[in-house]
Amino acid sequence: MHQVYTAIFEPGFFASAQVHVAVTIGTAVAVVCAVTGVFTVMRGQSFAGHALGDVAAAGGSGALLAGLSPVTGFVGLDVVGAAVMDLIGVQRVRSRDLATGVVLGAAIGLSALFLYLTSVTGATTGAVQQVLFGSIFTTTSSTIPDAIILGGIAVVALAVVCRPLLLSTVSPDIAVARGVPVRLVSVLYMLALAVSVGLSSLATGAILSTALLIGPAAAALRLTKRVAWAMGVACLIGVLAVLLGVLLAYDSYYWGSSHDGLPVSFFIVSVVFITYLASGLPALRAGRRSERPAEQAAAAEHDKVAA
Amino acid sequence: MTGETLAGTAPAEILSVDGVSVSLSGRQILDEVSFGVGAGEFTGLIGPNGAGKTTLLRVILGLQRPTAGQVAVLGRPRSLRHQPVGYVPQKVLLDPDMPMRARDLVALGLDGNRYGLRLPSRQRGQAVSEMLHAVDAERFAGARVGNLSGGEQQRVLIAQALISRPRLLLLDEPLANLDLRSGQEIIGLLARIAREQQIAVLLSAHEMNPLLPVMDRIVYLAGGRAASGTTAEVVTSEVLSRLYGYHVEVLHVHGRVLVVAGAAGHEPALAPGAAAEGG
Repeated sequence: MHQVYTAIFEPGFFASAQVHVAVTIGTAVAVVCAVTGVFTVMRGQSFAGHALGDVAAAGGSGALLAGLSPVTGFVGLDVVGAAVMDLIGVQRVRSRDLATGVVLGAAIGLSALFLYLTSVTGATTGAVQQVLFGSIFTTTSSTIPDAIILGGIAVVALAVVCRPLLLSTVSPDIAVARGVPVRLVSVLYMLALAVSVGLSSLATGAILSTALLIGPAAAALRLTKRVAWAMGVACLIGVLAVLLGVLLAYDSYYWGSSHDGLPVSFFIVSVVFITYLASGLPALRAGRRSERPAEQAAAAEHDKVAA
Repeated sequence: MTGETLAGTAPAEILSVDGVSVSLSGRQILDEVSFGVGAGEFTGLIGPNGAGKTTLLRVILGLQRPTAGQVAVLGRPRSLRHQPVGYVPQKVLLDPDMPMRARDLVALGLDGNRYGLRLPSRQRGQAVSEMLHAVDAERFAGARVGNLSGGEQQRVLIAQALISRPRLLLLDEPLANLDLRSGQEIIGLLARIAREQQIAVLLSAHEMNPLLPVMDRIVYLAGGRAASGTTAEVVTSEVLSRLYGYHVEVLHVHGRVLVVAGAAGHEPALAPGAAAEGG
């Protein structure tokens, strides 16, 4: 029994201060991303989330260059990026991809510049690796309050506008007719998205930051039929992915003989991905029973219209 | 002559549209449109595509400012602040992946414009159930809206629009994507609701025939101009020719109405823009 236990939890896991910081920040980030991500997936704005990940990469590398804390760079530039995307017109379906693409391109360009300058000024490749692919084990505990306060603000903002946001997600026309300030609500949501992606960059790195945003929410949407439940399930999946990811990455120090740990981000993203694939199974099974009649009904309706 | 009103007196007037004109980027969309809708009346807003039906509905909703004229709801100038108007827009894309049951969407119609988290309330749940019952949607109240058929979704959207107890219900082409039978059911439902709850219903459509049995009044839009009254008053060769600006014939065939272009004695051709009529 003890052997099984030590095989799962390698020595020092629970005592490690790095693990404590990683678990605290990872859990906070997973919760914030789950709540935001459900709206992101429902609104079909995964691409915007991804672009903000690239903006975070530019922010993180800029912060590295300027000697600021990574969270300042990630969240700071993401908020600017979200504002620019909104100005270009991310709220209109037709210019959505355009706004996202323009900002994404600019962000990658900035990253290229900052990372080049960083390498010239002699920072280690490890620092660059951390910005892009995650640094949750090297994050200092002083980041915890920042992460929790910023994440808290995003979640509270979403809680305040949740009903108008939901209504304008379902139908902007109905929302406008009901007197909802659709534009303002959309801006608030974009800012919450920016903060979520920025924080997520802390856990999984800027490049992988949408993994915790999109994956758990997308899986949850398949598994539940109520928004609040979807958020709960997404939180569970996200937190589970972070905890498993941290544990596996910690354990990986003891795998093989080289005593090099594998990246946490890899494990987190893998768990999220596998969960997403598994979330399709119930629908697949139900589909065998129900999909065919639905298709026939749709075909029959089509025939009627044609006739 | 524009914006003529041929009807007599309406019962307690809910909506009054008075000389509304709209021009967008130099193009005249609506030209002095005037009509009224009374409580419990089912009014069809009929006209070919591009006649200005959606623009007129947007003016009534307060989403489009008219270049001239006024809209009053319950005698007060239209504004978005107080909301005695229910609205079912033309296109609502309900994704099958959306984690939302039919009853959740109806509940959003009740408080979707409020801020903060929603506290559990038995009263709200009961109001939603009553509304779902009223539109005969209880069977699929717990199903995902995205998985419902077009007709079922239309019922849920109507419940969503009615649950805030509006006196005026606007529907933009609710029959556009429905098969004939579902369309008939929705029309019957709306006529019943208008009568029972004394709500003024204004429904836009490019096809008048399915509405003929239930329409109390018709507002016919063509080329930005409108004529209103009973079907017998409005749907005549004389009135519609004046609206279209060229001669059209109104033919009655097997209880259906066909609007066709062309002078009497000639081979009747479908009027441009009126091609949808009588199809």
